[in-house]
Amino acid sequence: MVDIIVIGAGPAGLSAAVNAMTRGKTVRIFSSKENYLSKAERVDNHLGFYKMSGKELMDKFKEHAEAMNIKVEDGKVVNILPMGESFMVNINGEIAEAKKIILSMGVSKVKEIPGESKLLGMGVSYCATCDGMLYRNKNAVVWDQSNEALEEANFLQGIGVNVTFVSKNPRSEHLNKDIKYINGTLTEVIGDDVVKAVKIGDDVIETDAVFMLRDAVAPTALIDGLKTEGNFISVDRYMETNIEGVYAAGDITGKPLQLSKAVSEGLIAAQHAALQIDKTKEN
Amino acid sequence: MTEKITYVKSTSEFDELLAKEKLVLVDFWATWCAPCRMIAPVIEQLADKYDGKVAVAKVDVDQNQELSIRYGIQSIPTVILFNDGKVESKEIGVKPLASFTKMLDKHTA
Repeated sequence: MVDIIVIGAGPAGLSAAVNAMTRGKTVRIFSSKENYLSKAERVDNHLGFYKMSGKELMDKFKEHAEAMNIKVEDGKVVNILPMGESFMVNINGEIAEAKKIILSMGVSKVKEIPGESKLLGMGVSYCATCDGMLYRNKNAVVWDQSNEALEEANFLQGIGVNVTFVSKNPRSEHLNKDIKYINGTLTEVIGDDVVKAVKIGDDVIETDAVFMLRDAVAPTALIDGLKTEGNFISVDRYMETNIEGVYAAGDITGKPLQLSKAVSEGLIAAQHAALQIDKTKEN
Repeated sequence: MTEKITYVKSTSEFDELLAKEKLVLVDFWATWCAPCRMIAPVIEQLADKYDGKVAVAKVDVDQNQELSIRYGIQSIPTVILFNDGKVESKEIGVKPLASFTKMLDKHTA
């Protein structure tokens, strides 16, 4: 078990990791997507750094983290379970444990489609390695929305699932030849108690399961009972959410969606988490 | 590992359990399922906490496909509370201890 698991490696996450390390805490940090800052052409309002591109800044942040021996691990967090004194975290099938959690995945761009949340767990799945085995010798649609989707589609086909791959990109040569391919986007999941079909534009495709492989899982699907306001996670002065031991920092907590705020919130979250861990040790 | 959990080996064993006990909490799981490993300790805590009030059982869906088809298990972990042999309520996916205690307290209080 480590002290703190940080989810998301943008400015808030890296700042949290660095500050947790400086407080002598053990940290693991996971990331599953490219950071938006890298795409900013120019940042002028981060004190001490001006006329810099987002990529230059992001590279500096990564350099800082690496110099402190923080390795960003590639992995999508699928769910988090509070266990009383600690948390169990499912990173695409691998289980890790930590005393505190810091959520810093940035703005949630996850747009649910009709039928999705109603049928989650009833044929709708966010994790191929988690639920794939249940659909051996059955039909599954894999909706390509991340870099790993192709690999996971191949995995599913490999264990005996009859896969249809739906993507807005042209068919990749790396896609298993036995996999059916449809160029398009899912617009609806159909079914009352279990998934019966999906809609792709005007076409209806019958299926037993649909795997929605996005870059990230929506925070509210990640952990049960997490309080949000609109698209953002609610936090207190110490960046702690309504779930004790779970913090949120950066764009994920709301406006302003700015670099300096993200870095500051990462620091506040990490220092408070570290303090709470020290207090527990004393008792 | 607590001895209070029944590891179901067959459909007939399962049916006997349902016939014998009023309240039965059943965790449908599989060895390859990571989220199932996450809730395993939660299920053990429940077995201890509700000892004598609720029978707790685990069904490996790979070894008991008949049962998983009968109860339409589409995703694991799925935890079902049976009351007099009938499905009373269901929790799908990784849930904290509190969601299960809430479910059980309604029937044991």
